[in-house]
Amino acid sequence: MQTFDLEAQGLRNLNAALQAQSKETNQTAWEIVNAKGSHAIAVGLDSPIEVNVKGSTGYYCAGMNKQATVHVHGSAGPGVAENMMSGTVIIEGDASQYAGATANGGTLIIKGNASSRCGISMKGVDIIVHGNVGHMSAFMAQSGNLVVCGDAGDALGDSIYEARLFVRGSVKSLGADCIEKEMRPEHIEILTDLLERGGCDAKPEEFKRYGSARKLYNFDIDNAY
Amino acid sequence: MKDDTHTVPRTVPIQSATFSNPTNAEIRRAAATGIYDIRGGGSKRKVPHFDDLLFLGASISRYALEGYREKCDTKVVLGTRFAKKPIELDIPVTIAGMSFGALSGPAKEALGRGASMAGTSTTTGDGGMTEEERGHSNKLVYQVLPSRYGMNPDDLRRCDAIEVVVGQGAKPGGGGMLLGQKISDRVAEMRNLPKGIDQRSACRHPDWTGPDDLEIKIMELREITAWEKPIYVKIGGTRPYFDTMLAIKAGADVVVLDGMQGGTAATQDVFIEHVGLPIIACIGEAVRALQDMDLHREVQLIVSGGIRGGADVAKALAMGADAVAIGTAAMIALGDNDPKWEDEYNELGTTAGAYDDWHMGNDPAGITTQTPELMKRFDPIAGGRHLNNFLKVMTLEAQTIARACGHNHLHNLEPEDLVSLTMEAAAMTKIPLAGTQWYPGKPGTSY
Repeated sequence: MQTFDLEAQGLRNLNAALQAQSKETNQTAWEIVNAKGSHAIAVGLDSPIEVNVKGSTGYYCAGMNKQATVHVHGSAGPGVAENMMSGTVIIEGDASQYAGATANGGTLIIKGNASSRCGISMKGVDIIVHGNVGHMSAFMAQSGNLVVCGDAGDALGDSIYEARLFVRGSVKSLGADCIEKEMRPEHIEILTDLLERGGCDAKPEEFKRYGSARKLYNFDIDNAY
Repeated sequence: MKDDTHTVPRTVPIQSATFSNPTNAEIRRAAATGIYDIRGGGSKRKVPHFDDLLFLGASISRYALEGYREKCDTKVVLGTRFAKKPIELDIPVTIAGMSFGALSGPAKEALGRGASMAGTSTTTGDGGMTEEERGHSNKLVYQVLPSRYGMNPDDLRRCDAIEVVVGQGAKPGGGGMLLGQKISDRVAEMRNLPKGIDQRSACRHPDWTGPDDLEIKIMELREITAWEKPIYVKIGGTRPYFDTMLAIKAGADVVVLDGMQGGTAATQDVFIEHVGLPIIACIGEAVRALQDMDLHREVQLIVSGGIRGGADVAKALAMGADAVAIGTAAMIALGDNDPKWEDEYNELGTTAGAYDDWHMGNDPAGITTQTPELMKRFDPIAGGRHLNNFLKVMTLEAQTIARACGHNHLHNLEPEDLVSLTMEAAAMTKIPLAGTQWYPGKPGTSY
């Protein structure tokens, strides 16, 4: 276990050390102390290491992550796991705006609530939120899965493409071109796996599925909102 | 009764300047279709431009350098503020961001070839980085756009500079659209979207909203790339003083400022023609912001939007820019809108020089298309050679002017070398009207 005191050693040294780990590194376990809400913690990682951050993080924690597991033992600021490519990011507390924005792959697990624009422009990531998500979540979501065990705010899935949205609780309103869709057996199967990976105490049958009506896919002025 | 039909003068039909034939045709088109016009390119109407400025040249008060023998340097270094590895270019003319998707792969390759031969950089665009352009571009600027299509940390690390695109001159405040006709398998895969559907590019970034957020975003990009890459911030010309200042405050190494003449792959005509400022109205304000922050030349300024030749380059630099970027001119150098395709332009209801349906994918010149048969018409090697020739001519022209003004480096051109030809240009640029020491609004003058 490598322990890194962020306050004493500084962000540049932290990210340089984590980014320098090779795929075959033996130093697979890292603990970051004194995070104190710093921005850009553990960004641009590209090796199968596990990074435990003690405390809450600022903006863009685990941004553009590849392969690594980043576990925040606190809450995360805006843009956590933005543009993640692979790996796993786990937030024990809440996540601020744009969690998982534009992420291409990997898994983002938020054990508390996520704020607005969770999963904005998501491009393949799986996001599992134990609590609620705020307004405009999954805006222009392209692909991947967003699981919400609680409620969703206004304009869920506005201008959505092919992402799948699973919500157990209420949805305050759906955004442009987002509709409720039939939950078929294959979706139950996908959701079962996601709930298991996310460590959620929920049954897939309790969820509704939302996705694109595909009316905005080709320009038609009669569909203008 | 006498027939005087042929003898009494009559009022001749007068076409309304307000309701001109093109205006009326557009009203009829809108009435028939119910949709606004979408097109590529930049503002087509006449707006104050570099043509409204002139150089004074040397005389007794200043002495000139000999036409082509005396040295007149053209090098420019971009990204000296924070980046560990600034970009060094042989000429201050760069290639603006144009997407793979909007342009074909071979067209992007040609831009890389031409720019590399000329010793300058090219820029990716919405849709990610292709092997063609990385492979053929010695210096490649990687755009971080609101859509983040194709964005990934590996490409971020193999670029030479990063450009955070906030806006562009053709459509400040607007996003983009790539119509389904151009969404081939390859384009769809790079953007992670189904084939054949229209692809929207968002008008604002997904993970930051204001200048304070942008500062953190830039810091994150630097952390991912070990603080090596110069970071540009590109803005559309709207409020250039404040936007330049905020971009600098957010940590930009380079500010890229694009006027309304700058092209786009596709947006509404009403947007292109009615939102944003001509580039000459922007440069002075951006330079003023840099000077007020005591960072002129430490943070570099690249300007674009209607740059067509060496005179425009020299004028932009004289106004205080460090470099320029070209997009439309580069495409024309590659062969876009070439009259040799006139018959086919006619079949599309247009004519060479006016063709702007770049979003439709049926470009006769094979440049703004993803259709294999049309793409075959374009030779990237010849295209690259033509672009290199054009860049060389632009540079030689700019050097000719600089020498005539007595300067041994293009960066030594200064506002005092210029005069304005019109009141409008004088008011917008604060460069005195030709034959006077005055411009509208000059402090100490009464009007």
